[in-house]
Amino acid sequence: MSLDASDIEKIAHLARLEIAPESIERYAADLSNILDLVAQMDAVDTTGVEPMAHPLHMSQRVRPDRVSEHDQRELFQAIAPLTEGGLYLVPKVID
Amino acid sequence: MQWETVIGLEIHTQLATQSKIFSGASTAFGASPNTQACAIDLGLPGVLPVLNAEAVRLAVRFGRAIGAEVAPRSVFARKNYFYPDLPKGYQISQYELPIVGEGRVEIVLGDGSVKSIGVTRAHLEEDAGKSLHEENLAGGGYTGIDLNRAGTPLLEIVSEPDMRTPQEAVAYARKIHQLVRWIGISDGNMQEGSFRVDANVSVRPLGQTRFGTRTEIKNLNSFRFIERAIQFEVERQIDVIEGGGSVVQETRLYDPERDETRPMRSKEEANDYRYFPDPDLLPVEIDVAFIVEAVADLPELPDSMRERFHTQYGLGEYDASLLTAGRELAQYFEAVVQATAEPKLAANWVNGELAAALNRSEIDIAQSPVSAAMLAGLIHRIQDGTVSGKLAKQVFEAMWSGEGDADSVIQARGLRQITDSGALESMIAAIVAANPGQVEQYRAGKDKVFGFFVGQVMKESKGKANPQQVNEILMRVLASD
Repeated sequence: MSLDASDIEKIAHLARLEIAPESIERYAADLSNILDLVAQMDAVDTTGVEPMAHPLHMSQRVRPDRVSEHDQRELFQAIAPLTEGGLYLVPKVID
Repeated sequence: MQWETVIGLEIHTQLATQSKIFSGASTAFGASPNTQACAIDLGLPGVLPVLNAEAVRLAVRFGRAIGAEVAPRSVFARKNYFYPDLPKGYQISQYELPIVGEGRVEIVLGDGSVKSIGVTRAHLEEDAGKSLHEENLAGGGYTGIDLNRAGTPLLEIVSEPDMRTPQEAVAYARKIHQLVRWIGISDGNMQEGSFRVDANVSVRPLGQTRFGTRTEIKNLNSFRFIERAIQFEVERQIDVIEGGGSVVQETRLYDPERDETRPMRSKEEANDYRYFPDPDLLPVEIDVAFIVEAVADLPELPDSMRERFHTQYGLGEYDASLLTAGRELAQYFEAVVQATAEPKLAANWVNGELAAALNRSEIDIAQSPVSAAMLAGLIHRIQDGTVSGKLAKQVFEAMWSGEGDADSVIQARGLRQITDSGALESMIAAIVAANPGQVEQYRAGKDKVFGFFVGQVMKESKGKANPQQVNEILMRVLASD
């Protein structure tokens, strides 16, 4: 499978990554190689093999439903670029 | 051309946990902004989500309540999109392996018939924060972000495209709303956003099996809006197609003020979510013991109770479904029935006077100033003839405004029915004697005048005469010379 320049631009946009126009060709080639490797693995017969959701053969631990975190707003907001009235401020977004 | 509407709903219901689905921050509503958003909710580097057992337990209860299979193994996935109220850049949700599989619920339609609606699946996920588009934050040009809601556990309940009218969609949404509150997994508070509905709507020529192109209307937070938004959208789509155009698959928002839907401008390409299993979370494995424990105290479900009210108490479908609209109301009704053995009378009072009074005062059954025992006390006094049905309403009003139980109200206001036939006889004789003109009319065949006499007796007795007795005596007196 091969990806072209427009695929790369779309993927980068979805991930909000800025990439230099001159690197697009190289990314296309590298990512296509990875997909080719996956395609090779497709040849293996996986009948009866349960798809793996996680490399660890363990199941999720759960915790009891208890409030254990206290308010640390001041600490967290100390590193925020802009806050007001307890809100984090971001450039205006409209729905 | 005749068109058929096809509707499917995605319902997001907040699960009633104390803490968030992946963190120990509180989920309480109404706290000061960002005071309940911890490092995990903020998506700070190096944090690890840990699953809240209670969220899993509540999802399992829902699965059982709709007769669905609870997956022995389910997997959390990342749903990737960028929006400022989603700090991690992805929402933790479930995709290929949801916790609850296929189930069904029944809805009662306007004509009393029952329709079964399929539930495709229900999955656990975290809620996003809130964006506040206020003017003048830091002088303008900014959106405020409150992440208190980020990480609140949601159960997203996805229906099959089984609904054919906006009314059916509302009936289904109400059914799920009733159910989640009934089994205690959500408070269902729509004003606070605990129960939000997305509607997928399409139209097709009647008889065509292939679905038309659908649009999705997001974030409907009242039953009235669900109905109106779908109604508008159906008409819009039909207009587009009949005008020679075609429907574009898109996400739309409903504007209640203009009563219309319009396309959402932001989140372009938002539908390319690139789900993948979240490496921070292991597969959730649920064994039989966990399920047994989770559903051990599930109450009798509303459908089965509705059916039982019908068969056991002989109530009509309409009364039975009103009485099972909420669990507390149903319990109230059964308490009255147990005390009085008068299911029909109890149903009439609960669905009539009581429901009207609750509506007027805009309160829930739990806050009713007239308890089940008090209403039962009143019904006893109707049964044994102490008060007439008409005066009983007065007694009810007095109990409602805090004048005590039925017996003390009847005593204090002197509402006891006059059953002394001697006293009634002489009262009626006097009235008949005082109105010779009407007597003549009645005897000349003008039956309506009978009502005039009944009215006079009731007026004279201040409503306390036993109506049946009045009828009997009046008939006799008027018939004789």
